[in-house]
Amino acid sequence: MEHLSSLVAEARAAIESAEDLTTLDDIRVRYLGKKGELTALLKGLGQLPAEERPRAGEAINQAKQTLSGELEARRERLNTAAMEARLEAERLDVTLPGRGSAPGGLHPVTRTLQRIERLFAEIGFDVAEGPEIEDDYHNFEALNIPAHHPARAMHDTFYFDARHLLRTHTSPVQIRTMNEQAPPVRIVCPGRVYRHDSDLTHSPMFHQVEGLVVDEGISFGDLKGTIEAFLKAFFERDRLDVRFRPSYFPFTEPSAEVDIQCVMCSGHGCRVCSHTGWLEVMGCGMVHPNVFGHVNIDAARYSGFAFGMGVERLAMLRYAVNDLRLFFDNDLRFLRQFG
Amino acid sequence: MKVSQQWLRQWVPLTLDAQTMADQLTMAGLEVDSVERVAGSFSGVIVARVVSVEPHPDAGRLSVCEVDIGTSAGLQVVCGAPNVAVDQKVAFARVGAVLPGDFRISQTELRGVASNGMICAESELGLVEEKSPGIWVLPADAPVGEDLRDWLQLDDATLDIDLTPNRGDCLSVAGLARELGVLNRHPVSVPEIADVPAVTSTAFDVSVSASRGCPRYAARVIEDIDISVDTPLWMVERLRRSGIRSIDPVVDVTNHVMLELGQPMHAFDLEQLDQHIDVRMAEPGEELILLDGQTVELREDTLLITDASGPIAIAGVMGGQRSAVGRQTRHVVLESAFFAPLGAAGQARSYGLHTDASHRFERGVDPALQLQAIERATRLLIDICGGQPGPVVEIASPDHLPATRQVTLDSTRASRLLGSALGHDEIVDILTRLGMSLNELMSGHWEVEIPSWRFDIGLDVDLIEELARIHGYNRFPSRAPQARMAPKAIPEQRLSLDRLRDQLVAAGYQEAITYSFISREQQALLTPESQAPELANPISSDMAVMRSSLWPGLIRALQHNLNRQQTRIRLFEMGQVFQGDLDSLQQYSTLAGVICGPREPEGWLSHREHVDFFDLKGDVESLIALGGDPAAWRFEAAEHPVLHPGQSARLLHHERPVGWLGALHPRVRERLDIRVGVLVFEIELEAIQQAALPVFTPLSRYPEVRRDLALIVNEQLPVDELLTLIRRHGGEHLRELRLFDVYQGSGVESGYKSIALGLTWQHASRTLTDEEINHLVDAIVNEASNRFGATLRGQGGSA
Repeated sequence: MEHLSSLVAEARAAIESAEDLTTLDDIRVRYLGKKGELTALLKGLGQLPAEERPRAGEAINQAKQTLSGELEARRERLNTAAMEARLEAERLDVTLPGRGSAPGGLHPVTRTLQRIERLFAEIGFDVAEGPEIEDDYHNFEALNIPAHHPARAMHDTFYFDARHLLRTHTSPVQIRTMNEQAPPVRIVCPGRVYRHDSDLTHSPMFHQVEGLVVDEGISFGDLKGTIEAFLKAFFERDRLDVRFRPSYFPFTEPSAEVDIQCVMCSGHGCRVCSHTGWLEVMGCGMVHPNVFGHVNIDAARYSGFAFGMGVERLAMLRYAVNDLRLFFDNDLRFLRQFG
Repeated sequence: MKVSQQWLRQWVPLTLDAQTMADQLTMAGLEVDSVERVAGSFSGVIVARVVSVEPHPDAGRLSVCEVDIGTSAGLQVVCGAPNVAVDQKVAFARVGAVLPGDFRISQTELRGVASNGMICAESELGLVEEKSPGIWVLPADAPVGEDLRDWLQLDDATLDIDLTPNRGDCLSVAGLARELGVLNRHPVSVPEIADVPAVTSTAFDVSVSASRGCPRYAARVIEDIDISVDTPLWMVERLRRSGIRSIDPVVDVTNHVMLELGQPMHAFDLEQLDQHIDVRMAEPGEELILLDGQTVELREDTLLITDASGPIAIAGVMGGQRSAVGRQTRHVVLESAFFAPLGAAGQARSYGLHTDASHRFERGVDPALQLQAIERATRLLIDICGGQPGPVVEIASPDHLPATRQVTLDSTRASRLLGSALGHDEIVDILTRLGMSLNELMSGHWEVEIPSWRFDIGLDVDLIEELARIHGYNRFPSRAPQARMAPKAIPEQRLSLDRLRDQLVAAGYQEAITYSFISREQQALLTPESQAPELANPISSDMAVMRSSLWPGLIRALQHNLNRQQTRIRLFEMGQVFQGDLDSLQQYSTLAGVICGPREPEGWLSHREHVDFFDLKGDVESLIALGGDPAAWRFEAAEHPVLHPGQSARLLHHERPVGWLGALHPRVRERLDIRVGVLVFEIELEAIQQAALPVFTPLSRYPEVRRDLALIVNEQLPVDELLTLIRRHGGEHLRELRLFDVYQGSGVESGYKSIALGLTWQHASRTLTDEEINHLVDAIVNEASNRFGATLRGQGGSA
């Protein structure tokens, strides 16, 4: 059995020096395989005297177990090392930029429109839309602006012929909606509008959101409450001074302009608010009975309010854009800033 | 309307400072645009008399003057103005005076002559903007030694009020004073206007043929005036502070009355008038040379003042040159008329004119004011220029004068509309101060008589607005409206615009918003086959025609960016387009996109290839996929005038053409000087928004079977036809058909292409057998062979 111990020592040395799994497997076959040397020793047990057999068998089995264990441990170590080497080889510079293209983005006017629409949708307003080439009736007449009314001069209208024009506000959508739908009405009408005016602060095309609420018992207080809440929500300011100034729109009576405390300087006075601390942001009023007359709504039973705001104006204030013309240049360097 | 605070205070003696007064007016709906001081800030300037003027010994342009400032000794001062003369009263800045711009006057020497102050020009005192040509010569009665600021009450401010068109009644000191009186609950002292008795019997013959347009016309002859006298400084100053330049005493008086009372007036030179005045409508072919020298051809809907020789004025707009008052005028005919607002509306504008008079007549001048105004003007005029007034001739047509209006006001309705109640006394006080007379029929229920100057009040809501406005809008409580809650259907078979936008944004597109009007050139180049309405009054030729497609705008935006070194561009827009003529106009919304440049943004991993047709098509397919019903859509090779004939497709939805996509035609690109390939798509929004409601199909528990086929077909064969055939013959269990390669080259005969397809079958309730699948594959291959001459690749042409 001296042979056994030297065999074990030899196998151990071989296992220790094996550097890869193939070598290790060769070693297993050489010593523990069917024709392996330890297996051969086991087979040779028969030649030993019967009384020696159990002891010798036990010794060989023990040696087998030892070598198996060591083979396994060695395999484990080699596996680990191989994994480590592989992982090391697969190491990346994770600070390199990822694959794939960056998303584009929405136009700031759309972004603003979405905000406005969502704020009103949350309190039960529907969105209504209408044509941009309008007729005189819907754009003016039905809104209590008869031909030659001085208020028409406020509108600087684009005309196609005597009857067709580009809508100067989205208010015609009020008329179209009230013609089709009995009260209660709660709508916002977003869209493009057109005025024959082009300079630093006027664009011949811009966007407006008009709102209309018609129901029983609607009061000027409701109008004020709705607009104050909207403006605070839009600018995400709990404290925002809002004031209502009497004004004139032929389709509302009483009518008001709405000013907010300047959001740029918090009312201290700056270039944006012409050092007044106030910014005019929208017009509004109680629906004029003549407008109800045009759409056959009983003004004795129903009342309502309407309001209209310029979207570019709100977008400029919200995102600190200082030049109106940027909105329609569609310069990517501008558009990308609004993700 | 510009008016000085001083003038208003003469009507309502309020102690408010100018800014407070301005804020009050603004918050009452009379928006004050600006508050400006009427003179620069200066001190130490007094009235002086020029005693002597001698030429400067060493400087030809300078004079050495002695001025009397009311003290015993005169002062020597060097003056550079050409108009300085002995005995003038002048504005004199003494040593120690500070002029605008912090300019201090000190004792100095000019070319060796001592100068003890400065004789000032108006511009040097900040009274006028434009530099005055000489010194300011004050009237002869200016009190020597008196401080100029005090004497002229220059510590005053001009309020510039931007009135809304309904408030024509406030285009006067009288009207504004009334507002201030109501706002401050302060009485208004209306100056007494006494009739000026006629001293001659000279009257000019007046008739009114068009009494609808001119319900009242008053005229008065004033003979023997001296037009050469200076308008008194107080009047010149009032006019100046209202932004009106002094012309001559006659014009100044009519302007003054207009500003004071709101009645536009006109004066004719009596000696230039032919026989009589008739107010009538224009006749065909008539012309008039206006005061400003331009000749206008008159339309028949224009109301004129005429004499026996023809038109002498466009009523309420502008007078003519022939009858104009001038230096030679000795006798005048004053006109004070009420021209009906409806007739006046738009007249001035239609001739490209806008005057103080037309501005007022269009908005409504108080129809009860004409006689008062003519008396006031007479008084002022004869006080200044002397003259003999004749009797006032008045022609009135009561049928056409605005009728007295009564409006019923109910306080309950007012509080319902306003959301809070106003006190009985406050209602009465406000309306009374506004000039209304109230007759309380029942408690809280009045019949209100509307004053003649308030054209804007005809309904109870108008009165309610007055109450709210004077009470103060911001004093009414705010509340959130109450509504009945009921859910509304959300149409699930319609994609929201946001969903479509988000998909394109995720694909790297930036949203653009372009003008809805384009130039004729763009229209001709990019939408040659469509007709779109043209604007009658475009703002420029760049914006003359409505777009019939979103492409022109997007391509312009693309060019804008290409010109700014942007190379990879993806833009989309949603918006209305316009087709057809006005009577059969179609306006609907489309969704369009444009791409060019590298497929991927420049990066360490990216390839350098540029986008091609299939990038764009993939983006369109991704939009289609959102609707969940790709089978409803079809791409069809078709030619479009601005697209590459071999790279353009018509898009069909349920076989209805709803859009186009393709590469911009190289010739179009050349015309636009675009050097890179550009791809565009446009789809009707209505179609792309349609979505299918998902209907669940049970999942099969049985295995899929996949077979790959490579079919060789003629290269001209559109692949879609092959795919359609395979779907038709692939049996009902064909779940998926994928095209994974298109190959031409070695191994495939020239003129042919190899189409590699992956077919996947699955049965819902059992495993499909090989035999079944082989049978189907054979059927497909046979059918493809029969229809398209297709052969299986690698089988030497035999199917």
